[in-house]
Amino acid sequence: MSQAVIQFKDVVKSFGRQTILDRVNLMINSGKTTVIAGPSGQGKSVTMKLILGLLRPDSGQILVGGQDISRMRGKALNEIRTKFGVLFQGSALLDSLTVFANVALPLEERTRLGREEIRTRVLATLAQLGLTGHEDKYPAQLSGGMRKRVGLARALMLQPEIMLFDEPTTGLDPEKSLEIYQLFLETQKKFGYTSIIVSHDIPKIFNLADQVILVNKGKFNTFASPEDIQQSELPEIQAFVQSTMGKVYLSREME
Amino acid sequence: MHEVYHNGLQGNVLLHKTLPEESMIRYLEKIGSNTIWLLEDLGRMGSFLVFGLGGVFKRPFRFSAMIRQVRLIGANSFWVIFFVAGFTGMVLGLQGYYTLRKFGSEGALGSAVSLSLLRELGPVLTALMVTGRAGSAMCAEIGIMRNSEQLDALECMAIDPFRYLITPKFLATLISVPILTVFFNGVGIFGGYLAGCGLLGVNPGAYWSGMEQSVVNQDINMGIIKSFVFALVIVWVCAGRGYFVHVIRGAGFGAEGVSKVTTQAVVLSSVAILIWDYLLTAILL
Repeated sequence: MSQAVIQFKDVVKSFGRQTILDRVNLMINSGKTTVIAGPSGQGKSVTMKLILGLLRPDSGQILVGGQDISRMRGKALNEIRTKFGVLFQGSALLDSLTVFANVALPLEERTRLGREEIRTRVLATLAQLGLTGHEDKYPAQLSGGMRKRVGLARALMLQPEIMLFDEPTTGLDPEKSLEIYQLFLETQKKFGYTSIIVSHDIPKIFNLADQVILVNKGKFNTFASPEDIQQSELPEIQAFVQSTMGKVYLSREME
Repeated sequence: MHEVYHNGLQGNVLLHKTLPEESMIRYLEKIGSNTIWLLEDLGRMGSFLVFGLGGVFKRPFRFSAMIRQVRLIGANSFWVIFFVAGFTGMVLGLQGYYTLRKFGSEGALGSAVSLSLLRELGPVLTALMVTGRAGSAMCAEIGIMRNSEQLDALECMAIDPFRYLITPKFLATLISVPILTVFFNGVGIFGGYLAGCGLLGVNPGAYWSGMEQSVVNQDINMGIIKSFVFALVIVWVCAGRGYFVHVIRGAGFGAEGVSKVTTQAVVLSSVAILIWDYLLTAILL
């Protein structure tokens, strides 16, 4: 039985009068892949920001590695954050720095490694992700897929225990998406991180997932497999299934 | 996330005839929500100032980043300040000469030019030029970083955005603006000399000795204190508006948000400089 690295206990989050998350519970196990899916504007990004401590819940607990981060600040929170690596939707590379400087940034700022050591590590990681020769380019000179790879390289530099992917394939063509998934599988095998993927890429993303969480009207519905979702009785879930993966599964039933 | 407050009654009000009570409630609600937002904004800006200055005590201190900012904010403003100061001084020389001549006291030109530069025009015009040149750039840069999640990315890597990004700008502005002000004063006084003595034939000896006799330490101190306060206003308002581009009400999103917030920052900063100028003059005189 693997251990829970992230746990939500009765978490409530609202903005003004709008309740985004209404007493939700969540359990993410070590080394597993969790996909958070659901229609836009239902609180997927809010969930991610809560996990990272960028937002605070109105009530409830968020446990990361057994510690409640919902009331944490400053140094303690920074300590927790070093466990995380994040790949942002738009890659969020610092656009005034080169690829090399971007990837080196976490090492320069968070460790006491020497210049040479940093250089070796950065070049090694860039080589692993197929970015050799692009060190001196600026993010604006790269394609979307390459920017994602640089973002992934940067996130992996501090060997995170938990990786968060915010819509990793949005804006990429199917071939490039596949490439990102491939990279994701390789790096997860290599680094052994727990991963949380926020994604619209349904049903393809289910191939990667150990569990799927659908965010719907402020509630989490957890499913162990795509088939579970199919068989859900909830009308909202059925509507979501129809609109996103309907055709695929219908054709299978006809066979 | 604050526009949520707005949506309260609008939905049902549109459907049936607006009753007087309802428009009254709506009015009160608007006042209330605006007040709340204003207080929130003041709180945000207050804590921004504290964190921005507090970053000085956080290690490792980014000395090279600060020097780079001094170059961007200070050194690169050299020619702008040079020309503005030169022509301001020359205009003062011309205007001063024709006014003073009416009283037969052209000899006081040196003291008139230098006092108005040291106490007022030097600090104020330098601050306004830096707001337009560097403040706007600062605001747009930070706003874009906010919108493209670069600030969130820094926080997620446990890199304090204040220490990394904001504090070097605070320090660089506080270093640059007083130096630029002193430079402005020097160039301006020389510009006054060119116009007064070079073109209009005022006795150079009278110009310089008039300045020497009338300028006292207090005048210089006043100008320097002003320039420090203005520097703080510039970096606080401009960097702060950019930093909070995502929560500023009515700013909109994306590129439009950044452009509106930058305009707002320049206007706010310029007005605040003039208000502080009045207050400081009243206090220090």
